[in-house]
Amino acid sequence: MTEQLDAGVVARQIKESDVLGGPGGGREVGRARRRKEDARLVTGRSQWTDNIQLPGMLYVAFLRSPMAHARITRVDTSVARTQPGVVAVFSGQDFAAEQGSLPCAWPVSEDIVIPDHPPMAVSEVRYVGEAVACVVATDRYKAADALDAIEIDYEPLDAVTDMTAALDEGSPKVHEAGNKAFTWTFAQGDIEAAFRDAAVRVERTFVQQRLIPSAMEPRAVVAQTDGDAFTLHSATQIPHILRVMLALTTGIPEHKLRVVAPDVGGGFGSKLQVTAEEVLCLLITRRLGKPVKWTESRSEGNLTVHHGRDQLQRISVAADADGRIRGVKVDLLADMGAYLMLVTPGVPLLGAFMYSGIYKMDAYDFTCTGVFTTKMPTDAYRGAGRPEATFAIERIVDELAAELGMDPIELRRRNWIQHTEFPYTTVCGLTYDSGNYEAATERALALFGYDKLRAEQADRREREDPVQLGIGVSTYTEMCGLAPSRVLGSLSYGAGGWEHASVRVLPTGKVEVVTGTSPHGQGHETAWSQIVADALGVPFEDVAVLHGDTSSSHKGMDTYGSRSLVVGGVAVVQACEKVKEKAKQVAAHLMEASPDDVEFTRGEFRVRGTGTSRTIQEIALATFAAHDLPDGFEPRLDADATFDPDNFSFPHGTHLCAVEVDTETGATRIRSYVAVDDVGNVVNPLIVEGQVHGGIAQGIAQALFEEAVHDADGNLLTTTMADYLLPSAADLPAYTTDRTETPATTNPLGVKGVGEAGTIASTPAVVNAVVDALRPYGVRDVPMPCTPERVWRALGQARTPQSTDGGLS
Amino acid sequence: MPRISVTVDGIRYDEEVEPRLLLVHLLRDRLGKTGTPIGCDTSNCGACTVLLDGRSVKSCSVLAVQADGCDIVTIEGLSTGGTWHPMQRAFHEEHALQCGYCTPGMIMAAIDLLHDDPDPSEEAVREGLEGNLCRCTGYCTIVRAVRRGAREMSQEQEGVATS
Ligand code: FES
Ligand code: FES
Repeated sequence: MTEQLDAGVVARQIKESDVLGGPGGGREVGRARRRKEDARLVTGRSQWTDNIQLPGMLYVAFLRSPMAHARITRVDTSVARTQPGVVAVFSGQDFAAEQGSLPCAWPVSEDIVIPDHPPMAVSEVRYVGEAVACVVATDRYKAADALDAIEIDYEPLDAVTDMTAALDEGSPKVHEAGNKAFTWTFAQGDIEAAFRDAAVRVERTFVQQRLIPSAMEPRAVVAQTDGDAFTLHSATQIPHILRVMLALTTGIPEHKLRVVAPDVGGGFGSKLQVTAEEVLCLLITRRLGKPVKWTESRSEGNLTVHHGRDQLQRISVAADADGRIRGVKVDLLADMGAYLMLVTPGVPLLGAFMYSGIYKMDAYDFTCTGVFTTKMPTDAYRGAGRPEATFAIERIVDELAAELGMDPIELRRRNWIQHTEFPYTTVCGLTYDSGNYEAATERALALFGYDKLRAEQADRREREDPVQLGIGVSTYTEMCGLAPSRVLGSLSYGAGGWEHASVRVLPTGKVEVVTGTSPHGQGHETAWSQIVADALGVPFEDVAVLHGDTSSSHKGMDTYGSRSLVVGGVAVVQACEKVKEKAKQVAAHLMEASPDDVEFTRGEFRVRGTGTSRTIQEIALATFAAHDLPDGFEPRLDADATFDPDNFSFPHGTHLCAVEVDTETGATRIRSYVAVDDVGNVVNPLIVEGQVHGGIAQGIAQALFEEAVHDADGNLLTTTMADYLLPSAADLPAYTTDRTETPATTNPLGVKGVGEAGTIASTPAVVNAVVDALRPYGVRDVPMPCTPERVWRALGQARTPQSTDGGLS
Repeated sequence: MPRISVTVDGIRYDEEVEPRLLLVHLLRDRLGKTGTPIGCDTSNCGACTVLLDGRSVKSCSVLAVQADGCDIVTIEGLSTGGTWHPMQRAFHEEHALQCGYCTPGMIMAAIDLLHDDPDPSEEAVREGLEGNLCRCTGYCTIVRAVRRGAREMSQEQEGVATS
């Protein structure tokens, strides 16, 4: 066991010499640089929001609805107000006139219903955990104590937790206007003909269970005011978007509001939100004139951090007898929860264009219905829409292979876009700029030992071994680098997808980079330093990266959707280009040469064909002194750039998973996992590997472990980490990873983004493996998470003769 | 209110505490030892792990009064004279952290793990760190780091023994 794991771990040793464009060359981009961020993080000097203590600071605790659906008939805060240390108690009524409505920035369709979403419920609650009152006290214990003294009467209303039931005529209504939030459709090609003429049709319904994102740092907010302006620290991924949205929601003018994301302990989409607590803390500090802090407990977070996934996917595929895919049809129900939050309705749309995966086909048809239920709203969770799409297509391709009696790799080969066909416009209308599915798959098959494992599988089947071997394939692509602003506009998104960077050259030649991206574990301080070091020829150590504070970084679109490098990194490169251009003017002037005769390499400006040169540091100092600059030259080298991409980027790869499933106990063990990803050029292979590993782990977690469970009354049963099973080191395998590098052609760095790839790829690989292990028993699906109980039930059901459907509902 | 005396990272503190005060809140809110974070309220995540008289505890599941008379080491007290502990170096070298929120607890738990098993196998590390959750890394790099840290710690000890 140990040797096997070790072998996996070391399959791709990352070496210092692992350099883009061949070894050596002294370039920073491509080096496995250890991260600058680590120094504070490994020594306990990081600045989490909850660390902030301010003189006179008060602590906020929220009282939350114990009912999924009820009318608030009476609130009495009088006793709570008299508790020791209590400074104020507020209910929804107290904020009704000023709290506004939490924003939804993605009204996807004409028919969309966007219900009013008060940060604190005033008259009706629609999910368990919705804030109904709060206590502000001198310490966090006292604030929590006084919650018990608030009296609230509720008149219970019927809950509806199942989205199919929510669409029934007689269903309880979550909102006046009914439970349908929107319908969104998209069709290309003649889907009728594709299905009519096909030799084979396969249809499945997959359940994307509800997930709890579970970033390790719980949310925290600190709000303060000097009586005029406001500062909000928040554990957020989106300080810039948050500032605009909070200004619009609370009426605090944008220029009077500074938002800071200090060190943020993970997000995975869950901190891509404008939350009730952020709005309310601002309102409280405005009322009381004192700094306030709120930090959620994990149980509170499980209830009230937006959830992910929760879709019901009916997908059918039509193919010729030789396996050529003709068309794909998707009918999707997406559980919005009780309200539409920042991008809630847009999440399924991010997947809408990815159900054709890497395959060529004639026709595609997609319908999505967004449904209200009395549960916590859903929103972005790592991959947001694309993991769901990839799961569905990769699962059904395996099902089609089984139907045709064909090897799943062979079926994919017959359908995927060949590397010679790029750029390729898919049936969904996206233009994939580059890729090489053949190369990634060949590499993965070799690392995995595919043929040998298939032979072992045949042997175990033959022997009727109670422990069966399953092999799962996932050849994914994803659309990331969000995003071309025009495309977002055409999809009715409320903002653009550009990114901003400024590069400031200090008198001593040190460089500050201000980025609009907002890292929370991705290592931008390190990666951006590598990019700048190459671009300006300055030492890696001489670059500082500033981010996450709207007072220093005034423009940005923040970090999500694997966009930071692909959009933000490119903005950094473009700003550096401008700096170089200016510096060249100064250098030419000082060397009494024409700028056309000056060349720049590795931080040195040299007059072509002479020995005369100046370093960029000398130019920085000369520009600072400004004694002798070209006529009319503005004395600074600083520059900024805003980059708006023309297209998305399309990482891809092949993930292979082997599982051993004990048919007697239902237990699944991942025996080996191989991932070969193509994320284009790589700035830092260490960071890329880390992102891939973490992504795979989260995808496996969906496949095997995690599920947010509600009872029929709408109570969340998985409120704690004891009930919601986040995998530990003991639950997860080692991964064998490798890369192919097909540079993106849509940006000058040739990069594609890596934050979500692992999560998108791994879930179908694992579930395909589990189903593959059980296929001889007639099992055709196991709903996620594939726990021992579910595997065991699926087997039992398949063995019962009257059952034709291997899955269980 | 009970009065307790604790030593944290080499400094003695005499504090009056409510009997219900959690050790982690004493550390963070009273003593400013914010290097130790909190990730849950059910003793599952391990983010708050510190060494109490040399052994790892989850400081969210210890009352401050229980720590009376004890010697506590947090992540902030690990480096000596500006030199990182080998386990801190190993986490850095192996890229065993991304957001870093789990890291203080992971490092403290890893150090304790080596008390019982100075050269743990891959599997032993995975089992031994079961009580510490990380949402970012997928754990492979953490496992590598702990084994590397173990090697470096035993080399350092050998160095001390032979010098
Ligand atoms: S905070 Fe102590 S175990 Fe989670
Ligand atoms: S590094 Fe983020 S939780 Fe472990």
